[in-house]
Amino acid sequence: MTLPEYNFAYLDEQTKRMIRRSILKGIAIPGYQVPFASREMPMPYGWGTGGVQVTAAILGPDDVLKVIDQGADDTTNAVSIRAFFAKTANVATTTKTADATVIQTRHRIPEAPLSAGQVIVYQVPIPEPLRFLEPRETETRVIHGLEEYGLIHVKLYEDIAQHGHIATTYAYPVKVEDRYVMDPSPIPKFDNPKMNGSPALQLFGAGREKRIYALPPFTHVVSLDFEDHPFEVQKFKQPCALCNATGVYLDEVVTDDRGSRMYVCSDTDHCETRREEGHRGPGLPISGAQTVKEDAA
Amino acid sequence: MSVSINTRSEGHVFEGGFANPVMDSQGVFRRVMNALGEPGTVADLSGFVTPPAPLSQAAAAILLTLADYDTPVWFEKPENNDDAIGWMSFHTGAPRTADVFRAAFAVLEKMSPVEAWAKFPIGTSDYPDRSATLILPVESLAGGEPLRLTGPGIETEKVITPLGLPQGFEAFMTENRAAYPLGLDVLLVCGGEAIGLPRTTRIEEA
Repeated sequence: MTLPEYNFAYLDEQTKRMIRRSILKGIAIPGYQVPFASREMPMPYGWGTGGVQVTAAILGPDDVLKVIDQGADDTTNAVSIRAFFAKTANVATTTKTADATVIQTRHRIPEAPLSAGQVIVYQVPIPEPLRFLEPRETETRVIHGLEEYGLIHVKLYEDIAQHGHIATTYAYPVKVEDRYVMDPSPIPKFDNPKMNGSPALQLFGAGREKRIYALPPFTHVVSLDFEDHPFEVQKFKQPCALCNATGVYLDEVVTDDRGSRMYVCSDTDHCETRREEGHRGPGLPISGAQTVKEDAA
Repeated sequence: MSVSINTRSEGHVFEGGFANPVMDSQGVFRRVMNALGEPGTVADLSGFVTPPAPLSQAAAAILLTLADYDTPVWFEKPENNDDAIGWMSFHTGAPRTADVFRAAFAVLEKMSPVEAWAKFPIGTSDYPDRSATLILPVESLAGGEPLRLTGPGIETEKVITPLGLPQGFEAFMTENRAAYPLGLDVLLVCGGEAIGLPRTTRIEEA
């Protein structure tokens, strides 16, 4: 008999218990950043060590794991983390949003609506929404304790004074259950409305900053705004060049050195699913005579 | 280990823990996470452990999953729980505390008087997470007066009917809710089942 190289899902049991207790506190106090004893992981800070630790603490042998990085299943970060858990926990992995029970994400929420029973784990670089306004942790603790959030409204107001509109486009602060102001992680503000009332459990892990926070299903999450400058999400003038989807978040892809560019779904699974369903965008290359024949027939 | 173990009850103390500590604690944790994430749903924690009386399977599974040397556990009636305390200490290494202010988990008795609960730590405004989780046994998780639950984790409302809640439970939980974000989180247990009532849940008579 060969002994396993790692404990299941890499972390030792005491670490998992500590993280699990923090997750439960996070669920009991939505939007509040619970300190936890973040461990060194076999990847650098900034690569999702917080998310990885949360995922490791919740993952079971029956879970199906999906990992996305900026919406894509096939970038380095996503592939590495998926392979990490395939190796250390021997869990099934998928790129299909609907098939996943646990989705670890860096900076996007999938386009396909999440369902009850799913858990989405966000990788968070700076969990404190007030950190760039007030660098002292002791002070931000007091601000959250006293619910003195004037500072962050001043920041949004300064945006309006300088740019005529709220220029914050990602990591757009939200208020949870009318109590805690929370950093939604650097997701585009396009995704903020998906957090509100989601049937999925949302967990946030910040490894370097040693914080875990959570949104239980069906939690009220409101993006901060002003009556005369209501919160708005980004809108795109054109559909996805590959799958013709509208109402999704698009990435700009530069295609040559003469300034040509195309806009494609940031959510690769959504884009692939739509193309499999037969949707074709104007930028989709004609990939061989066979495909064309099939379409014509 | 400095835990004193009653030699007459060794069998009770050493046996009945998780058969597979890694997978079993993960299974129990996910159920408890869902119970607190979706207050009012009944979590099935049966079959994981065989604890000595009067500890229920659910309470014991919760302790084995979440308690360790970092979490002092407070027993309401330690004199009735010799075996249970020895069992918990052996399987988790968690210290039993007689100091209610230090309790991370509190193992209560049926019909525990709620007036005494005010002493449990409810956290501070800087650190509301430094609060106790109460494990409260009830006669049954169904068949009692209906209580309507609302709050995070519940889409519209949920009705639970636990039987054998202590006198003044709803009033205590209303006060607990009013102190939010400070407060206590409660797990109702009976046999192998548990219902989570985090501090965010509003409880009214239905």
